[in-house]
Amino acid sequence: MTSEVTKQKTEYLDSTKQGWRILYGFLLLFLFSTNFHAQTKTINVCASCKTKTIKDAVSFAKDGDTILVKKGLYKETQIFVKKSIHLIGEDYPVIDAENKTDSVFAISANNFSISGFKFINIGMSYTKEIAAIFVSHSKNFTLKNNLLNNVFYGFIIQSSKYGLIQNNKVTGNAIDETSSGNGVHVWKCKNLRIEQNTITGMRDGIYLEFVNKSFISNNTSKNNIRYGLHFMFSHYNEYHHNEFKTNGAGVAVMFSKFIKMHHNTFHYNWGTAAYGLLLKEINDAEIYENIFEQNTTGINIDGCNRINYKNNHFIRNGWALKFTGGCYTNVFEFNNFMHNAFDLSYNSRLNDNKFEANYWSEYTGYDLDKNGIGDVPFRPVKLFSYVVNKTPETLVLLRSLFVDIINFSEKVSPVFTPDNLMDNKPLMKPINPLE
Amino acid sequence: MLKILKYSFYDLLRSRWSYVYFIFYLFLGFVLLFLNNDMNKAVITLMNIIIVLTPLIGTIFGVMYYYNSKEFTELLLAQPIKRSKIFIGQYLGISLSLTLSLVLGLGIPFMIYGLSKSTAIFDFSLLILVGSFLNFIFVALAYNIALSTENKIKGFGYAILLWLFLAVIYDGLFMISLITFNEYPLDKFSLFATMFNPIDLSRILILLKLDISVLLGYTGAVFKDFFGTKTGSFLSFLVLCLWVILPLARMKMKLRKKDF
Repeated sequence: MTSEVTKQKTEYLDSTKQGWRILYGFLLLFLFSTNFHAQTKTINVCASCKTKTIKDAVSFAKDGDTILVKKGLYKETQIFVKKSIHLIGEDYPVIDAENKTDSVFAISANNFSISGFKFINIGMSYTKEIAAIFVSHSKNFTLKNNLLNNVFYGFIIQSSKYGLIQNNKVTGNAIDETSSGNGVHVWKCKNLRIEQNTITGMRDGIYLEFVNKSFISNNTSKNNIRYGLHFMFSHYNEYHHNEFKTNGAGVAVMFSKFIKMHHNTFHYNWGTAAYGLLLKEINDAEIYENIFEQNTTGINIDGCNRINYKNNHFIRNGWALKFTGGCYTNVFEFNNFMHNAFDLSYNSRLNDNKFEANYWSEYTGYDLDKNGIGDVPFRPVKLFSYVVNKTPETLVLLRSLFVDIINFSEKVSPVFTPDNLMDNKPLMKPINPLE
Repeated sequence: MLKILKYSFYDLLRSRWSYVYFIFYLFLGFVLLFLNNDMNKAVITLMNIIIVLTPLIGTIFGVMYYYNSKEFTELLLAQPIKRSKIFIGQYLGISLSLTLSLVLGLGIPFMIYGLSKSTAIFDFSLLILVGSFLNFIFVALAYNIALSTENKIKGFGYAILLWLFLAVIYDGLFMISLITFNEYPLDKFSLFATMFNPIDLSRILILLKLDISVLLGYTGAVFKDFFGTKTGSFLSFLVLCLWVILPLARMKMKLRKKDF
């Protein structure tokens, strides 16, 4: 009996002990958390606040602090940030650089973010790279929801990794290539995400050099005087769902490996030296589900190997595909070639590329067994496009009767065009036609 | 002259061929616009047809009319009318009736499909203007041929040959010379060479107005610099006029000496 009582007692004591322990734990946690809270603070910046400039706020702030900038006009440049702080603009406070030749934010820190600001009038310089936000040697950062108007460079990111650049609107007034900068200029970075930005009127919309393992998606880049997207020596990247429209020369992807490009739209890059997409020295890429519409040249392919082109639409381009330089083991499958002046321009008589099961609007063959595949192979290279390749001046004969006649005779018995360059299974109907 | 013009004009309007020609264009216009509602594209397709067809029809019609109405012409020549008036009257009669078929035949369907509100109206009017010029040029050339050859078959042969030369062979020679001399700067040469062929000239004039012109690259830029300016377009239309005037002048000369 007594033993039972003592047992119960000890049990009770045990449980209360446990309760205390839990309570201590909570208390400790609470203490710590309040302590933590006490360490990070929010600094308000406005004309009537204690802190009147962003620069002062940054100098007061400690790691982890938030600086909340209220609506107003701030004429500041050269704000150096070396702390892990969060700069938040409320109702888009305007930071006017007054065309001074200094960047507004120059940051090298980890774990920081800048969002909700409006930057205007970033000065132009022929010798310095000046941006609204200049990030270098940083890690884990977020730059989002900013508006940039009349800027020289929008963002410059260099030697950094794990960054998110999202939902910014960059507009510039670029007039010529020498006196203008890029919307998002990235140099020597890794693991970035550039998403949902709108970039207009710059030199290059997005410029990437030595950037690896990054994602560029859902951006709109238009009316830039050079390229919508410019890619150099950047490997293992993926860009998708972007729109590139009416840029000076289109999109250039150069000297890169293992790139995925899909669901992009390249259109209205129309001019004597324009193209939708320029591929130079690209190996092992995947290009699928893109739309190339009304570009002078849909894709200009120069020295590219082992690329798979699948399910792309080429609509009303001057040249849908233009090969220059040696290109080997590329595969073109299930693409739609519709109403292009030239489907294909090819520079050599040797062909190592595979064209199979594409839809060609110029195909005039028949399909007797009704399996959807034309019974006669299609030759996408016309004699005239071969002649034009040799002597570009002959293009003045475009759409003359003579050209139609020689094209027809070459089609009947190919002499000049590579005889193995043909689509053995041309489709009778377009694949997933656009509305 | 006006009387003769009126006579040939009405004579042709009554003839079956004018109707066939008119209905052909009408049908073509409707079919093109029915298959493809995009007026800009229809203009491009029409260009291909007009550039080839109007010269052909012009030459054949011209030669045919001359030989068919030869007896009546001889009757007229017996009257106290100037020779040049008779023939110029006939020439204008044919050219005008052909032009009327072209303008109405293509104009009606395009008007119905809302040309006046479309952006293609300028390109379309240029196309019609160039087509009319081609009519006048090739009827004049055909009359020259017919006046110079008594033999009907020979006359037809020469007419077809002329058309073939200007529509096809000239471009072939042009292309061969471009390929052979491609080491040299050729833009001036090609500019010059197009001037000598009314078909090429009209083709380039229309092509440069269409957005496809950017394909022409550097040469295109040279062409655009030339044809885009006021002097350029003035000069090219002057050349087209010369292509009408020179054959007519030769016709007049020929008529002075010809023994009917």
